[in-house]
Amino acid sequence: MTRQQVLDLYFVEARSKLIDIAAFLDRAQRAEGADDFRLQSFRAALGHLRSRAPDRARRVLASLSDPTAKAIKAAGNKSACGAWPGVKATS
Amino acid sequence: MRFIEPHAHMVSRTTDDYLALAAAGCEAVCEPAFWAGFDRGSAEGFHDYFCQLTAHEPRRAAKFGLPHFAWLCLNPKEAEDLKLAAEVIELIPKFLDCPNVLGIGEIGLNRNSRNELKVFEQQVDLAARYQQLILVHTPHLEDKLKGTRLIIDALQSDRRINPARVIIDHVEEHTIALALEAGFWAGMTLYPESKCTAARAVDMIEAYGAERLWMNSACDWGVSVPLAVPRAGLEMRRRGHSAAAVDRMLHGNPAEFLGQSPKFKLAPE
Repeated sequence: MTRQQVLDLYFVEARSKLIDIAAFLDRAQRAEGADDFRLQSFRAALGHLRSRAPDRARRVLASLSDPTAKAIKAAGNKSACGAWPGVKATS
Repeated sequence: MRFIEPHAHMVSRTTDDYLALAAAGCEAVCEPAFWAGFDRGSAEGFHDYFCQLTAHEPRRAAKFGLPHFAWLCLNPKEAEDLKLAAEVIELIPKFLDCPNVLGIGEIGLNRNSRNELKVFEQQVDLAARYQQLILVHTPHLEDKLKGTRLIIDALQSDRRINPARVIIDHVEEHTIALALEAGFWAGMTLYPESKCTAARAVDMIEAYGAERLWMNSACDWGVSVPLAVPRAGLEMRRRGHSAAAVDRMLHGNPAEFLGQSPKFKLAPE
C-alpha cells in the first residue's frame, strides 16, 4: 500500500484511539490520589510514539515489559496488570 | 473464505458460535486444554475435562459439520501446585491415543514462576517421550517478553525437541522474532482488548512474511471473537493481499503445522 492508502484506511481509526488516550490521561489527572507504576510506565511508553524511528509497537511493548531474566520464586496471583511494578525502583 | 481455527476454547462457547464458524467457512476447530477461569479442586476435575475435550466436544462440533481436535495438558495458571501437576501429568498419556488429540498444549508460563517453569519442562519431556506436537502459551502483558525468553531457553535446552513441531502462541511485535528466528512456528491471537488486533497481525505478516505463522481467535469465556480469523482475512484483502495469500494464512499454514500429526484430517473436498 502507498502511504496515502494507509492514511485513507487507518487515519480516522488511529485518530480516535489517540483521543481516547488523551481522554484517559485527563480522566486520571482529574481523579484524586497518587499515580502508580502503571501510569508512570504509560507516560514513558508515550515517548516512543514521538520518535521518528520505526518499530514503535515493539518498543512500546518492550518498555511495558518485565526486563528481568530469572523465574520468580512463586506466582503471587494469576493476573498480569499491563506494566512492570519494578519500574519505580529503576526509574 | 475457508479457514481453520487452530486455537479455540469451544467448551466455553455456545452452539451459535459453532454455527457462525461453520457458516463463515471454518473447516476445523482445534482446542487446547486451558484454565477454566477458576482452579480445579483435584486431578479428577482434569480427568473429566480431558473426557470432555476428547469425547463430548467432538460430538458437539460434529453437529455443525466441524472436525474437532484437542490438545491436552495442565495449563500454567494451575502449575503452582506441584503435587496436583504431577497427578494431572500422569493422567495425560492414556488420552494421547484418542483420535482427536494432536499433542501437548497449551503449556507454557503465566507469571514466570519457578514452579510454572518446572511443570512446563515436565510437559515438554512428556511431549518428547510420546513424540507429540507442542502448543505453547506465552504469558500476558508485562510478563510476555520474559516468559517467551524463558520458554525458548527451556525448549532449546532439550535436544529432543524439533522447533518445527512447536508453535509459540500469542506472539506480539516484541516476541515474534524470538520465536521465528529460533525455528519455531508462531501464533498471533486476535483479541479485542489485549494480545493483537487484526491490523497489527497483518502488519506482522507484512514485516516477517507468512512462513511458519498462523492466526487464531483463542475464543474462550472472556472477551473474545470466534470469527476473528476470517475477519483478519478480510483485513488482509482490504490491504490488497491476494486471495491465495489469505488462503495460505488462514488455511494452508495451520494445515501444514497441524498436519504433522497423522490424526489431523479435514473432510474431503
